[in-house]
Amino acid sequence: MKKAYAPGLGTATALAAVLALTGPALGDPDDDALVINGETEIITEAPAPEHMEYIDTIYSGWRFRTDETQALELDDFDNPAMLAVDAAIDMFGTVEGAAGESCASCHDDPESFAGLAAHMPKVDEDGKLVVMEDLINECRTDRMQADEWKWNSLDMQSMVALIGLQSRGMPVDVAIDGPAAPYWEQGKEMYYTRYGKLELSCANCHEDNWGNMIRADHLSQGQITGFPVYRLKQATLISRHNRFKGCIRDTQAETFKEGSDEFRALELYVASRGNGLSVETPAVRQ
Amino acid sequence: MKTTSLLVAAGVCLAGAALAGPPAPSDVVYEDGAVAMSLTGVPGDPENGRSIMNKGAGNCIACHEVTALADLPFHGEIGPMLDGAADRWTEAELRGIVANAKVMFPESMMPSFYRTDGYIRPGDAYTGKAAPTPLEPLLTAQEIEDVVAFLMTLKEE
Ligand code: HEC
Ligand code: HEC
Ligand code: HEC
Repeated sequence: MKKAYAPGLGTATALAAVLALTGPALGDPDDDALVINGETEIITEAPAPEHMEYIDTIYSGWRFRTDETQALELDDFDNPAMLAVDAAIDMFGTVEGAAGESCASCHDDPESFAGLAAHMPKVDEDGKLVVMEDLINECRTDRMQADEWKWNSLDMQSMVALIGLQSRGMPVDVAIDGPAAPYWEQGKEMYYTRYGKLELSCANCHEDNWGNMIRADHLSQGQITGFPVYRLKQATLISRHNRFKGCIRDTQAETFKEGSDEFRALELYVASRGNGLSVETPAVRQ
Repeated sequence: MKTTSLLVAAGVCLAGAALAGPPAPSDVVYEDGAVAMSLTGVPGDPENGRSIMNKGAGNCIACHEVTALADLPFHGEIGPMLDGAADRWTEAELRGIVANAKVMFPESMMPSFYRTDGYIRPGDAYTGKAAPTPLEPLLTAQEIEDVVAFLMTLKEE
């Protein structure tokens, strides 16, 4: 099972660990089931993929949220991210750029992207690791001759959400072997690196301490299956890379940029820790 | 327990400190994870220690529960509860744990509050930008003493 604390248990710590184990399991994920609009079943709990050594069961971040936050995802009419998705549907049919094309000129329907998000990030024909934002911007610049969208812009994240939504409910199945292997290794290395003046790795919080409280926050496993997520605190859609950046910044570290190759690799690795959970885009978080 | 040579080293260090200010973090002498000598020679202020436990660079209750701080909201559960810490540990041990817990507990998740080397991509507080050099420790020497003074009030026996 999970380790209660980082290695190096003193007697006092060992005692505390025993107490924690015998006490009520306040911190564990709840038992709620997520069915969206009464029809789309979301897998929020699954056996951990084989490559994960320290965790047996993976959980969606939804299972760690309060009932109020959870409720916002049960029906698309209540999900505040859906406004952005509606805007993206309009953009999909809007001509932009010198080529005089809209997304719909070539892709006729967003539904044609069903399944894509479950396999992202992926390695393209040139051997480069690409994420959804890259695919969208490539079409905008090369095929539409329009300006590229900024990574965190609402336009970009709304479109990423619209395309992700087409795979909602499908199990994540990201490839980590073959040409993806070196990127995956790079991402894994980052996941276990203790960055910053607080010297905390992703694993310190999301692997060793999921289920525990860190100050006012109930730690989840840091899954990205719901991204882009609507964060109530920020009242907007948040990209995966923006979340990574925030978590690294909170360790008092010099972060990486959204759209950096480092974050592409980290995204692949984190995505692969969700293999088996459903795509949940667009999720709602605190 | 303590070897004479280390005691002497610590003494020399502190004699220097009295003139030149607190020892640099890399000059602090640990023995079995403990630091015998006060970092400043000035007694710690438990009231200030109490507020460091709550916020800013200390924020100890992000990870620890402390009944004496029950008036403050949201205590974390990453590390052990600190009630009775002064019964379990000596002042020297507590000073060592607060200054650099990784000496007492190798690989610990607890940050090192009085250390300035060995970091990967150290940042400028919570800005996400690179830290200016030379690096400052998370807490000053006197703040360490203040926190230790507060911890010394956590007695149950
Ligand atoms: C001029 C035609 C054209 C336009 C306009 C266009 N695309 Fe594409 N798009 C393509 C082609 C061709 C490909 C690569 C072949 C493929 O995989 O379908 C592609 C690939 C993609 C992919 C990756 C599909 C995959 O399976 O890897 C996404 C996502 C995408 N486009 C989204 C968009 C979006 C969003 C817009 C509007 C902002 C857009 N495209 C505009 C032609 C276009
Ligand atoms: C100091 C602890 C800490 C560290 C270190 C940390 N995080 Fe987080 N992270 C949090 C907290 C707190 C939250 C919000 C509650 C939650 O979902 O866990 C969060 C949320 C997340 C989420 C959103 C989960 C969701 O369901 O919406 C992702 C993704 C994430 N973290 C990834 C990472 C990655 C990748 C790293 C390493 C680069 C990392 N975190 C490092 C504390 C941390
Ligand atoms: C990121 C989480 C974290 C923070 C922040 C943190 N600690 Fe700790 N602390 C731990 C962990 C984990 C342990 C258990 C030691 C180990 O790793 O085995 C610990 C152990 C301790 C102990 C010894 C445990 C005992 O028996 O009482 C003391 C004392 C302590 N911490 C004090 C502090 C003080 C004071 C601060 C703030 C200046 C602080 N900690 C900040 C995580 C943290």
